[in-house]
Amino acid sequence: MLTRIILAGLLLVTVAAPSLAQGFAGLGTRSEGFAVPVEGTEFTFPADHGAHPEYRIEWWYLTAVLQAEDGTPYGAQWTLFRSALEPEAGEGWSAPQLWMGHAAVTTPSDHFHAERLARGGVGVAGANAQPFEAFIDEWSMASATDRLSAGEDALSALDLTARGPDFAYQLSLDATGPLVFHGNDGFSVKSAEGQASYYYSQPFYEVGGTLDLPEGAVAVTGQAWLDREYSSQPLSENQLGWDWVSFHLDTGEKMMGFQLRQTDGSVYTSGSWISADGELTAIADGELTMTALETALVRGRDVPVRWRVELPTRDLDVEIEAINAQSWMPTLFSYWEGPVTISGSHSGRGYLEMTGYEPEGE
Amino acid sequence: MSLTVLLTLLSHWRRKPGQLATLLIGLSLATALWTSVQAINAEARASYDRASATLGGGALIVLTDETGAIPIENWTRLRRDGWAASPVIDGSLEVGEQVFTLRGVEPLSAAGPQTPLGGDGPGAAFLTAPGVLLAAPETAEFLSNSSLDLPPVQASANVSRTEIITDIGVAARLLDRGDFIDIITIDPEARPGLTPLSELVPELLQSSGTGNGEVEQLTGSFHLNLTAFGFLSFAVGLFIVYAAVGLSFEQRRASLRTVRALGAPVSSVIIALLAEVIALALIAGAAGIVLGYGVASALLPDVAATLRGLYGAPVSGELAIRPEWWVSGFAIATLGALGATAQSVFKAARLPLLASAQPRAWAMASSRRYVLQAGAAALLFLAAAIIPNVSSGIVAGFALMAAILFGSALLLPPALALALKLGQIATRGPVAEWFMADTRQQLPGLSMALMALMLALAANIGVGTMVSSFRLTFEGWLDQRLASELYVTTRDEAQSLDVRAFLEARSDAVLPIWSADTEIESQPGEVFGIVDHATYRDHWPLLVAQAEAWDAVASGEGLLLNEQTWRRLDIPMGTPISVGAGDSLNLVGVYTDYGNPSAQAIIGLDALTRRFGDGVSRLRYGVRVDPAEAAALTEALQQNFDLPANGVVDQASVKAFSLSVFERTFAVTAALNVLTLSVAAFAMFASLTTLASMRLPQLAPIWALGLTRSRLARLELVRAIVLSLLTWLVALPTGLILAWALLAVVNVEAFGWQLPMHLFPGDWLRLAVMAALAAVVAAALPARALATRSPRAFLQTFAQER
Repeated sequence: MLTRIILAGLLLVTVAAPSLAQGFAGLGTRSEGFAVPVEGTEFTFPADHGAHPEYRIEWWYLTAVLQAEDGTPYGAQWTLFRSALEPEAGEGWSAPQLWMGHAAVTTPSDHFHAERLARGGVGVAGANAQPFEAFIDEWSMASATDRLSAGEDALSALDLTARGPDFAYQLSLDATGPLVFHGNDGFSVKSAEGQASYYYSQPFYEVGGTLDLPEGAVAVTGQAWLDREYSSQPLSENQLGWDWVSFHLDTGEKMMGFQLRQTDGSVYTSGSWISADGELTAIADGELTMTALETALVRGRDVPVRWRVELPTRDLDVEIEAINAQSWMPTLFSYWEGPVTISGSHSGRGYLEMTGYEPEGE
Repeated sequence: MSLTVLLTLLSHWRRKPGQLATLLIGLSLATALWTSVQAINAEARASYDRASATLGGGALIVLTDETGAIPIENWTRLRRDGWAASPVIDGSLEVGEQVFTLRGVEPLSAAGPQTPLGGDGPGAAFLTAPGVLLAAPETAEFLSNSSLDLPPVQASANVSRTEIITDIGVAARLLDRGDFIDIITIDPEARPGLTPLSELVPELLQSSGTGNGEVEQLTGSFHLNLTAFGFLSFAVGLFIVYAAVGLSFEQRRASLRTVRALGAPVSSVIIALLAEVIALALIAGAAGIVLGYGVASALLPDVAATLRGLYGAPVSGELAIRPEWWVSGFAIATLGALGATAQSVFKAARLPLLASAQPRAWAMASSRRYVLQAGAAALLFLAAAIIPNVSSGIVAGFALMAAILFGSALLLPPALALALKLGQIATRGPVAEWFMADTRQQLPGLSMALMALMLALAANIGVGTMVSSFRLTFEGWLDQRLASELYVTTRDEAQSLDVRAFLEARSDAVLPIWSADTEIESQPGEVFGIVDHATYRDHWPLLVAQAEAWDAVASGEGLLLNEQTWRRLDIPMGTPISVGAGDSLNLVGVYTDYGNPSAQAIIGLDALTRRFGDGVSRLRYGVRVDPAEAAALTEALQQNFDLPANGVVDQASVKAFSLSVFERTFAVTAALNVLTLSVAAFAMFASLTTLASMRLPQLAPIWALGLTRSRLARLELVRAIVLSLLTWLVALPTGLILAWALLAVVNVEAFGWQLPMHLFPGDWLRLAVMAALAAVVAAALPARALATRSPRAFLQTFAQER
């Protein structure tokens, strides 16, 4: 999930200063003073579903694979990033927190997106633990308390809304499985130097709701995956980009995997295998292979939109293909994020995220 | 052949570097003034385009609260409903003797040009403690030297000199705003919210910021104004060029004849003359453009402030180098130089080969020429008289001004000649008579410089009168709006009653500023109710009023209307005016109300409450109190009541601040005025210097008759003063007519209100002194040269005289 570390880091830099160099310099010096993830720390819920301003970066990242009654596949994304400018707490206007929301709907022919920015401390954007709500402007991911039974996790039932200039959606999400904790009980090591984050997910959502598209409202159902992660680690400098997938397999199993493309040409791979009842096994470096099979021209750059993904330890050998090759997020910093179909040894649907594919000549 | 001729011609400048400098400086100055105005206009236009591109051409909706302060929850509610709303805190920050507008913006939600984070902005530091203050470079320096504990200051060319821009959090802290903001702007083009504004924030007042179409329409007048000034400066500069070119031709008469006698065809001579002038124009043009860029960079922040202040038009304070004004600078320099040379080229083409090649000082004054000039002037004046009758609008206003200016300029030499002739008749004694005759003799040589001086003086008087009249009226208007020592805004009616009772025991008078939104003659507007108090009778200047107007208002029968509405309705005094649903009230007076586009009326307080009942907003008061006790009363108010932020505003600082904004508004005009006058003074200096070197043959006989060199030099100084004062005499009526045209025609078009004209004889006298001083400075060097010239030089002229 370095993907998102860098996205969140960039949030700080890009939002606060178009002059990147200046921002990066500030970033480096200010990493001191933030809390650092410690192995063996127990999560406390629902508190940990809310914001952790003492950590530098944090996100609520939801992707949903959907389909209409006529079988048309859709994808939806809802993301809220938090980035702290300083470790010092402040109130009201002085709260040093920046928030950024990304939302998208992917159809086989279109990709709609929207972006929101806001500062923390004044109630325009934030993430409250009790009752749970992550929000920016009118976008909201909130605990559906009326659908929760006593003692159930706050994330088990969610209402999700977002809208952009040409789309909107209202989705209800209900979890059919438990939260899963990546790495070592949620302590996820990100590099040989020991960079780590707290990282847990709710990959078992069943989704129902409506997409408002230019051609009209579409009723959809499907599955969704929520990632929660927070940390304070500075950025790695030897990355060209990354390719990240989440799979909802028809067997009920889930998989998350990614590869980091490094400047020396090597890749670093990692991930999690989640059984249908929610038991998570970490995937070690080298266990997973991802091979690009076909690229498409997306906004002037060649982006792989068909992949072979192999995980021999699970007898998995599948091809994934983008539902819409043009699922580009032309946001402050841009990336590819969209739904895929899975075929081969296993079948199902999933989400693919890719960064670092620059236009020719850059 | 042409090349040889060209080289021969150019050699003249090697012998007369001073003349070359005059020519180049004149043309550069003219081009510089023109270019600077063009550059400012181009920058402003680019800013409007940028703004309309970022804002999608739409106007921002501006939300305010009656109490002046908006709880921050209102903004949060708007955002959470999806509106593209951004909060702003606006306040005054006193630093030492100066008062600045401190504007706190929220960069993450601000639309387009409001956001300060673009380009080389301060970046993340803007948002994190201790924050950053953005200010114009001069202001930044001033702030850094202050003893106040302010956040770090960063200079930015995008901020006007009166403003400081910072993050809303910093502004809230410095202005002690707590959880309140002043304004919410909404970009309706970005996206509408889910709930209508009237349901979401019903207590907030909605107004539209100026739309972009409107901005261009409004500012169009302002830019035409600037362009006209630029053109005037250029014309003044051209007089210098014309004088220098003419002089150089006269001096090169001999060379030209020799070149022609040696066999050079007329065509070669003309080509050479043209090549020379184009080369000079390009050099001077380039220098002028560079100079113009400097002038424009210095003026732009103030122009930007003016445009923002008067029209709400966002203009960047930073000047980009744009091809349009580069090209226009070169074009006007070349065209101007060619125009100034035309006569010389024409003369060169017809130069009689065998005529005496002796350079003359200038062509003798011919009475026929004066008659022609006077005739042309009369035609221009006739045109000026006709224009207002057949055409209206700002272009007609400027045509009128141009006709008056150039008519007067043409009339100047004949008028001076006449005056000197009369002077000659009136004077007795040989020296005095010679002085008059000799001055008349020199008139043709000086007339160009004097015309330039006349134009500059007239423009100075005209614009000065306009600005001073505006200032006087504006001060009156401020008094009207700010007659009370303190202004108090309360949170609600309950507090309003308490505060009123509290104040009544502690002040001379409490004047309710109660108002109601309604329709005035079917136009949406606002009606204010006032109590009968001397404050109004003494301070409110009425443009037009019936006798006993204030009594009629107090009794509830009369109504005062603001000027804009009155002009729109075009109605006489006494006309019944409908206000809301009740009976009509008679119009008894009209008051000035600058900068308000909506209809507004004033009626008696009882009449207001009777008519509108609960619809009356009863939250504000003006408080008359001994100015010495104002501060103590402010403190007492704040201690006893939980007033909103900005709940108590004291009059003195607001007034001083408003006036300083006004002064800056016209800083550009003043700067251009001074520049034009300097150019004219330079023209006079150039002409006198050249003439001095050529006049020796005329002075030598007088010297031989016994007038000492120093006496002659003193007479030269006197001559310059006499001529400049006579010029001033002609410039005075010209300038006053110009001021009238500016106030009654141009202002109505450009700003939407007419201004009364006030006369400022003190300013005229000061200008006369300045004109005389300019003449003395211009004549000083030539006179000194004359006084110290060796007698041998005088004697030599007799030897050389043919």
